[in-house]
Amino acid sequence: MSLLEVQDLAVEYPLARGLVGSVGRRPRQSVHAVDGISFTLERGELLALVGESGCGKTTTAQTVLRLVEPVRGRISFEGGEITKLGQRQLRPLRRRMQIVYQDPYESLDPRLTVRAAVEEPLLIHHVGGSKSQREERVREALERVELTPPELFLQRYPHELSGGQRQRVAIAAAIVLEPDLLVADEPVSMLDVSVRAGVLTLLDRLRAGGLAVLMITHDLSTAARFADRIAVMYLGRIVEEGPAAEVVANPQHPYTKALLSVVPRRDPRERMRPQILQGEAPDAVRIPPGCRFHPRCPAAIPACRQIDPELRPEGAAHRAACILVS
Amino acid sequence: MTLLALDDLHVWFDLGEGRELHAVQGVSLELEPGQRLGLVGESGCGKTTTVLGLLGLLPPSASVAGRVLLNSVDILAGGEESIRPHRWTDLAIVFQGAMNALNPVQTVEAQIVEALELHGRASGRAARVRVGELLEAVGIPRDRATRYPHEFSGGMRQRAAIAMALACNPSVLVADEPTTALDVMVQAQILELLDSLCRDFGLALLLVTHDLPVVAQLCDRAAVMYAGEIVEQGPVDALFHDPRHPYTRLLFAATPDLHGHDALASIPGSPPRLDRLVEGCPFAPRCDRAFDRCAVQRPLLRELDAGREAACHLNDVLAVTA
Repeated sequence: MSLLEVQDLAVEYPLARGLVGSVGRRPRQSVHAVDGISFTLERGELLALVGESGCGKTTTAQTVLRLVEPVRGRISFEGGEITKLGQRQLRPLRRRMQIVYQDPYESLDPRLTVRAAVEEPLLIHHVGGSKSQREERVREALERVELTPPELFLQRYPHELSGGQRQRVAIAAAIVLEPDLLVADEPVSMLDVSVRAGVLTLLDRLRAGGLAVLMITHDLSTAARFADRIAVMYLGRIVEEGPAAEVVANPQHPYTKALLSVVPRRDPRERMRPQILQGEAPDAVRIPPGCRFHPRCPAAIPACRQIDPELRPEGAAHRAACILVS
Repeated sequence: MTLLALDDLHVWFDLGEGRELHAVQGVSLELEPGQRLGLVGESGCGKTTTVLGLLGLLPPSASVAGRVLLNSVDILAGGEESIRPHRWTDLAIVFQGAMNALNPVQTVEAQIVEALELHGRASGRAARVRVGELLEAVGIPRDRATRYPHEFSGGMRQRAAIAMALACNPSVLVADEPTTALDVMVQAQILELLDSLCRDFGLALLLVTHDLPVVAQLCDRAAVMYAGEIVEQGPVDALFHDPRHPYTRLLFAATPDLHGHDALASIPGSPPRLDRLVEGCPFAPRCDRAFDRCAVQRPLLRELDAGREAACHLNDVLAVTA
């Protein structure tokens, strides 16, 4: 049984019609932010959801955490469906699913010391026991995120810390509750290159300790290096999914191929042959019929305008949603 | 002949109470016509301050020393008076957030026409024709000229900002993190555009970024900045394959690569504060090869081979033992 199982999840945001639209009774339009996606996540696994902005990766993560309501689909956590649970029933689950945001400058309260920031989740969820037991858990969490010795950091405020240290504090506050699932939404994109590797290595170590990590990233190099599996999203759908090494070395979907071809390589001798797609992804209000990628696809054939492809081959570890993939 | 040269540029910011921050500590750079030079480093290393200083765009709290030679003429010597005639006409700039460079209440065409008229390049109908050419050169259909910036996507806005920068046929384009806020496919489009502009118009490019792979792919040469000074510069191939400063080597080692299998490693610690005097090598506390001399003596940037410079005592040691 997977720790997390998502089936046919869809999220829509209604668009305001405006006065003219309401009076004229124009049909209500909506943004199909997530449009029927399925995936699983195991304990000790890191799944990277990658794609360009607007592809629905962040909405997916927020929906999994039940911060956004889906219009259809099913989310199961440890085999139990959580899609319909009310806020009260969700509460015991909340502490088992935590999130780390992109910007540690915004996610940490500037008035709280490191000790208070890491202790806060314990107080909110009424766990952690006595004051001294809580202090012990805060210290443990700081040690796990390598802010050692903890005494050096307990009394500090966010502004006294570097970006990398702040993100480590945010991770400590997420793992102090011993969650089973950690969502990391662009966890290093605001950090300097010199400290990114450390934060990613830390997430990798937590994963190796049994934590399931759902990482949202636009950075394919990071996903390639740290993810066990990669799911590539385009306009609200997963268009390719598989073991990270497989997806990167042997991409199947034309979108994945193009995306990988434009990632700048570190070594100047690795000359790139970028396959640049023109334009930008259409907005998720008017999703093209057939394959949603066909208007930008360099390999599209007439049938792509009619057929909305599913991920194939069914049941395989590496799948792509393209009729040209056999 | 060298097109643009920075000669020992210093920038200090007045912090009040007699304190000051020495943000740029003697930067020298040279740019040949049509050359692409990357200026790389972590945030706070002084790369943006360097280019703002070079363009005379620093706030009044900053004081600047050194020379900026454009075709061997010091354009910094006479302050704003001597820089203004060259800004946009010889030296153009594109910033990270294209939205900030464009006026939201004017059409794209009107803004570029205004720039052309202001610099006496063209006016009226001729100016509008020129705008059409410029937009086409950056990949925006002419018929979009009368749109407002908010009607453009992020990538289109950055293209429009580049079109505006090119309006007066500059010889140098300074691009400060031009693709940082963009998605990878749009970034690829903008990088391809910059590449073709350099090739087709012989434009020299000074690209400021923290993104090493972008520099590795787009630039001929790169200068690595740390704590307000250049610690190494040379051809990008040499910097990657034969770095002569540990900071360069460690920066590349901290950068993930799509097909790389090496273990990534952070650089421990953080850069020194620049509001106090740094003793010895500023990178020594974070360096994996520091030795006793590094703590007390500041290494100077010096030429190693033709076109290669580094500021590291290890190069002396190697020279002696070799």
